[in-house]
Amino acid sequence: MRILIKNGRIIDPASGWDRPGPLAIAHGCIVGRGQLPDGFEPQQVIDASGCWVIPGLVDLAARLREPGCEHQGMLASELAAAVAGGVTSLVCLPDTDPALDEPGPVEMLRFRAQNLHQARVFPLGALTRGLQGENLTDMVALHQAGCIGFSQAEHAVTNTQVLYRALQYAATFDYPVWLRAQDAFLGTGIAASGALATRLGLSGVPVAAETIALHTLFELMRLTGGAVHICRLSSAQGLQLLRQARAQGLRISCDVSINSLHLTDADIAYFDSSARLNPPLRQQRDRDALREGLADGSINALVSDHTPVDANAKALPFGQAEPGASGLELLLSLALKWGQERGLEPLQTLATVTSAPAHILSMGAPSRLAGCGRLQVNEVADVCVFDPHTSWTVQPAQLRSQGKHTPFNGYELPGRVRWTLVNGQLRFGPAHP
Amino acid sequence: MLAKHNPQLNRHGELIHLLSVEGLSRDILTHILDTATRFVSVSDRDIKKVPLLRGKTLFNLFFENSTRTRTTFEIAATRLSADVINLDIARSSASKGESLLDTIANLSAMAADLFVVRHSESGAPHLIARHVAPHVHVINAGDGRHAHPTQGLLDAYTIRHYKKNFSDLTVAIVGDVLHSRVARSDIHALTTLGCAEVRVVGPRTLVPADIAPLGVRVFHDLKQGLTDCDVVIMLRLQNERMNGALLPSTSEFFKSYGLTPERLLWAKPDAIVMHPGPINRGVEIDSAVVDGAQSVILPQVGFGIAVRMAVMGIVAGNDA
Repeated sequence: MRILIKNGRIIDPASGWDRPGPLAIAHGCIVGRGQLPDGFEPQQVIDASGCWVIPGLVDLAARLREPGCEHQGMLASELAAAVAGGVTSLVCLPDTDPALDEPGPVEMLRFRAQNLHQARVFPLGALTRGLQGENLTDMVALHQAGCIGFSQAEHAVTNTQVLYRALQYAATFDYPVWLRAQDAFLGTGIAASGALATRLGLSGVPVAAETIALHTLFELMRLTGGAVHICRLSSAQGLQLLRQARAQGLRISCDVSINSLHLTDADIAYFDSSARLNPPLRQQRDRDALREGLADGSINALVSDHTPVDANAKALPFGQAEPGASGLELLLSLALKWGQERGLEPLQTLATVTSAPAHILSMGAPSRLAGCGRLQVNEVADVCVFDPHTSWTVQPAQLRSQGKHTPFNGYELPGRVRWTLVNGQLRFGPAHP
Repeated sequence: MLAKHNPQLNRHGELIHLLSVEGLSRDILTHILDTATRFVSVSDRDIKKVPLLRGKTLFNLFFENSTRTRTTFEIAATRLSADVINLDIARSSASKGESLLDTIANLSAMAADLFVVRHSESGAPHLIARHVAPHVHVINAGDGRHAHPTQGLLDAYTIRHYKKNFSDLTVAIVGDVLHSRVARSDIHALTTLGCAEVRVVGPRTLVPADIAPLGVRVFHDLKQGLTDCDVVIMLRLQNERMNGALLPSTSEFFKSYGLTPERLLWAKPDAIVMHPGPINRGVEIDSAVVDGAQSVILPQVGFGIAVRMAVMGIVAGNDA
């Protein structure tokens, strides 16, 4: 299939390319950027007038809910949500049921995802069996099955000895470990510690839950020398520790969720369960620091933290409601909103959802990732074409995700995805209502 | 966006549910207290009834055990001529796995007009209020650590009854503030009504670090906290809280924070002593104080009926 995307503004953060021109695609690859190859005759032409043509988004945190939680989300619904949001590659977490702690379910997941021909799926394997924090998984076998790194999802490893061994073992093979920084005991609360939690009578999660976990992790990294990706940082103090540790030479990368980038605990308002999230929303000074950190590169990537939750699990008192919100379809718009509010160049804004997360992904699976998160000739054509001048109003019922909960309900957001191509094939567009 | 609006007021700013004292204006609080004053006399009549809620059905929905609060709500509703249904939720639907909102939907189908709800989770009455039909009213009888608004109002009523004016009063709330919905509702009621100073007193494990923004002064020393107080509100120390690392023992608590006749001398000579009940004699408060001349613990219970009658009458008279 030969596709020509014409009249758009091509923005490729990986190469710093930002200029109008055509993008030519043939046999799944980009064959011309800015100019057409000799004799290129497209079978399909996409008129991207007024649109920006960017690499398909790379989302480092999305739950697809398979296997085991199909009532919350299915591969088909969540991957359709991904391409509708311009996301062409995503990392899924191992907290499925059963957890992704054996090669079989990982292979099955990848096989099923490939057959759906939507976004690419890169699973994280469980770091410990059943995410119990006791026994290490067969990491080599899981890596061979397609896991790009190892994670505990929201489950902390409470036994420091186990965490030490897990980091040591992963470092042996240079597998990246992706961890949330949250102390298991201090992290049992419902909302971020602070005036709002006190006022609403919700048990608190202090910032120390994050900083203590980071201190522990950094000390262990000094012993083991492995690479760790910190998932969904939530506090200003945590960010400060991370900067210091990185300055000391530790191999750390980190991401922040769209929720923590834009919201604070005040958005819980009168017990709005769509704002029940992990990590919990913190205060304005934390949000401001995270926004600054993403802009100055201390935080590498912006993630959707997509977690579809079914209505029954949210129609409960706040503390009993299941944490999580749908985000795949909001990621691009919320990146743009942040970039506009900070007055950033599109290249810098879009890097946080394309080239930067792709770079982190590539550390775990270099061979499978050629071309992800960038628009370059002779590499795969994962492309998102969107209209930056059109805004849309978030209406949860209209999300393609099976999860209809988002704390951004009613927000008017910039940027509407028009076409999404994965591997040179059109996967979302006007013909995909 | 629904959850962003104060759900207890209608578009005209009138009270349609009572979920929390927070966010209610001084006018609304004063209106409730004034209405309660008129209802106090109903209890002294031969026929202790007025027909305000005749034909209305009230469901007492207590997902958490309570005798005193449930009974006073029942008495209040009966005196307003409402039909009262008490449900032992803990032993019925919830234990069979029915969800909170399904329980509410089923009871609504039985033509309920008012729900009085107690629940162990903060915010549960808000959830219910968002899902009931427009003509149905919800009164929070205590949710988690969040709010116990009728208790806050009856405490304010009691203080006004004995002290007349809030503007020159110092009130100390002593004990387990962290887990106390009563403390939160008292704080909101008293600060809204213009109390000169509201204090909270307790060990650092039981006083939230972020409570000062609610408009209170924090004390960890009982003597300092009680000095010059007009009102002392003692909070119940819940036995179920004693299994963690919050306190070494109840006797250790009493050593530092238990209210004895000697310690009560630190407050003003005419200070009144209140307690939301049930009291633990010898744990947070000495028997001699409970039964002493400054104690108004039993009158509080009586005022509670009038305040709950006032709240029911007011919310039932306003449409969503």
